[in-house]
Amino acid sequence: MSVALQLAMNDISKSFAGVSALGGVDFTLRPGEVHALLGANGAGKSTLMKILSGAYAADGGTIRIGARELSIASPADAKAEGIHCVYQEVDTSLVPHLTVAENMMLDRIAAGKGSMWMNWSAIGREAEAVLARIGSRIPVTRRADELTLAEKQIVLIARLLVQEAKFVILDEPTAPLSLEEADRLFGIMDELKKQGIGIVFISHRLPEVKQVSDRITVMRDGKVVLSEPAGAVEPGDIVRAMLGRSFEEEYPKAAVPIGETLLEVEDIAAGHRVRGVSLNVRRGEIVAVVGLVGAGKTELSRLLFGADPADRGAVKVGGGTANIASPADALRSGIALVPEERRKEGILVGSSVLHNLSLPILKQLSGALGFLSRLSERRHAEGTIGRLGIRTASTGQLVGYLSGGNQQKVAIGKWMSTDAEVFMFDEPTKGVDIGAKRDIFRIIGELAAAGKGVLYLTCEFAEALGLADRILVMCDGAIVKQFDRGGVTMEELLYYASAGKEDMA
Amino acid sequence: MNNRLLQFSYKYGALIFIGLVILFFSLRNEYFFTYSNLVDILRSISILTFVAIGVTISLTVDGFDLSVGSTVSLTTVATATMMIWYELPLAVVLIVPLLIGAVVGLLNAFLIVKVRIPDLLATLAVMYIVSGIHKTYTKGYSIYNNMQFQDGTKAPGVMNPDFLWIGQGKLLGVPFPVILMVLAVIGAHVFMKYTRFGRRTTMTGGNEEAARLSGVRVRRVRAWAYVASGVFAAIGGILYTARVGSGQIDAGAPMLMDAVAAVFVGYSVFGAGRPNIIGTFVGAVLTGILINGLTMLHVQYYTTDIIKGAVLVLALTVTFVHLSRRRA
Repeated sequence: MSVALQLAMNDISKSFAGVSALGGVDFTLRPGEVHALLGANGAGKSTLMKILSGAYAADGGTIRIGARELSIASPADAKAEGIHCVYQEVDTSLVPHLTVAENMMLDRIAAGKGSMWMNWSAIGREAEAVLARIGSRIPVTRRADELTLAEKQIVLIARLLVQEAKFVILDEPTAPLSLEEADRLFGIMDELKKQGIGIVFISHRLPEVKQVSDRITVMRDGKVVLSEPAGAVEPGDIVRAMLGRSFEEEYPKAAVPIGETLLEVEDIAAGHRVRGVSLNVRRGEIVAVVGLVGAGKTELSRLLFGADPADRGAVKVGGGTANIASPADALRSGIALVPEERRKEGILVGSSVLHNLSLPILKQLSGALGFLSRLSERRHAEGTIGRLGIRTASTGQLVGYLSGGNQQKVAIGKWMSTDAEVFMFDEPTKGVDIGAKRDIFRIIGELAAAGKGVLYLTCEFAEALGLADRILVMCDGAIVKQFDRGGVTMEELLYYASAGKEDMA
Repeated sequence: MNNRLLQFSYKYGALIFIGLVILFFSLRNEYFFTYSNLVDILRSISILTFVAIGVTISLTVDGFDLSVGSTVSLTTVATATMMIWYELPLAVVLIVPLLIGAVVGLLNAFLIVKVRIPDLLATLAVMYIVSGIHKTYTKGYSIYNNMQFQDGTKAPGVMNPDFLWIGQGKLLGVPFPVILMVLAVIGAHVFMKYTRFGRRTTMTGGNEEAARLSGVRVRRVRAWAYVASGVFAAIGGILYTARVGSGQIDAGAPMLMDAVAAVFVGYSVFGAGRPNIIGTFVGAVLTGILINGLTMLHVQYYTTDIIKGAVLVLALTVTFVHLSRRRA
């Protein structure tokens, strides 16, 4: 294939609500190459790919194939140009109760062209032939919901061939796969290369990136910071490029005396996302649990809060066994959680700031017959708003209208007057602006200073390094390493978070 | 300006509409706007209002109780047979239907909260079961004073006059069912708005998962909502028997849809956009006014359904056009 037919994104820029997400990004993809796109969370790689696949519209810049400029305004436009994306959530792209063959031919069946009769045997034969091309022997009559995750991915990739894709984005395809399954996927990617298909490969696992990629591009803060042939870069260069000097933010970490053990977790497990985690948090201590997306941090926090049932394990708070049968029980035992999915789980967007803040302490705010004291409810809300610096027009404002950071402060503020001793934060800075971020760090510091225990779960290593007294690294549902404050670098954290137990070479 | 007009119509549209309807009927018929007729209207909707309050509570927790109509039917015949077949004392006659309502509610709650059948489907199934029980129990006959059985014997009892007073009596010139209704509306409104239990109920309906993760025992809240719904339907059943003076078969069947319609009309009152007790009451009042006025104008009862449906469409249009714009 000639270089003239390469896909080129030039000077792409995009901002969300005035905040720049991409600033003048160039990215090219040649037919028949694997081009790895790397970057920390929020570096802009998924924004760039969403622009390419038509999910977002760019604010500026051009996309060309060869010399021809494309106008991509929707995913359908992108597909018409042969640009396809396989998202991480494979289940959303397959119809569970249809067969493999039907799923592969879905577009053609739905298009409704040609004969009104379905020639099922021909469809089956064609699907089989396509699967054979990438060396897979999944029975085409199997229902999609009976497939393993890896098989679902293969079906989706086979569908790309049916749709005659020219450029394919694989968004962290290996994240949910075992090593053998990932190897099989790499074999399939080789087949795609031979067919002249260009692949954008997004992954957090550096060793495999080196293994399968022809070129590597690293993004940081909405810009391309490194773009080299894969043979010319070392893993160390990549890590340094990804992290940059991102210690710009300040972490107001005060020295707090650390007291006796407050939270003790022993061998808690559920399914394959949390495989036997033990940890403890002392009074006044901020313990960070870091890990990549999908390491099981959210699942761990939900288990400890009683939001999901645990298969085994014991939790103690202040020496006594904690009841974590439900969130209400966990709260009574002294555990509170600020969940990751803020808008769905942390706050009620359709209710007022007032009602959100008082929900966990309605009992304290009401008399014997259950009548709420409007005065104490309002005072409580005003006090919390002042203390946390929540910016809202009034206590009656619907929380859904607040900015992300202020919503997060409401999600935190509702716990402030409870009897909770252990505060868990799951990615509390996600979608939060810098100013609110600093406020949130300050609140967390104050909680620690008040003798509470804080468990801070995050995939932002810099935050863990800046905030925590101790850092636990989580990988594949287990704690693989523990570091004291100051005893670890970001490179080491990233290494253990992505490679797991083996020691650094 | 367009936007403000929309806001205004959203907030006060339902009330203005009721005003216009009253004005229209008053101009068409001089007897419409008289004390006795207005009180008549209120009395005619008292049973409906009780059922509709129950439906409002189930909708508040983001559920739906389809079984209220058949609960009305079951409690109606239960009250009547307790007096006419078994001559039981008044206290029993009043308490047993309430227990029946609570048991139906518990059954709904069990299926929805424990077995996790979706609300609509679980209460649909229970609707059939309860309806079947009430017809099996009476063998399909309505219950009246000294009714004759198939074997030729007669039932020993008659309706207790004290009991009938509940449905037909007056206190200070106001029909007793109207007084009960007003008390129930105020009580339910205060409970939902000013107690922590009511707050937990609304918050659970707002977002069940977020409420659960705020420490609310949402399963318990949803269970009580269905029990309350059943009990309110049971009160409706008792009032029905007391009003009519007999135990009519299938008395509650038309009640379900009327109640649901009243609740949804209530969505648009004061721009609430969600189930609320006062709105439900306004919806019930509108239903009563329409039926009463149209009957006075000699519109056939089967035609009034068309108008009721059209009014419901209007109310839903106002509500959902507004809600979808707000989201956009």
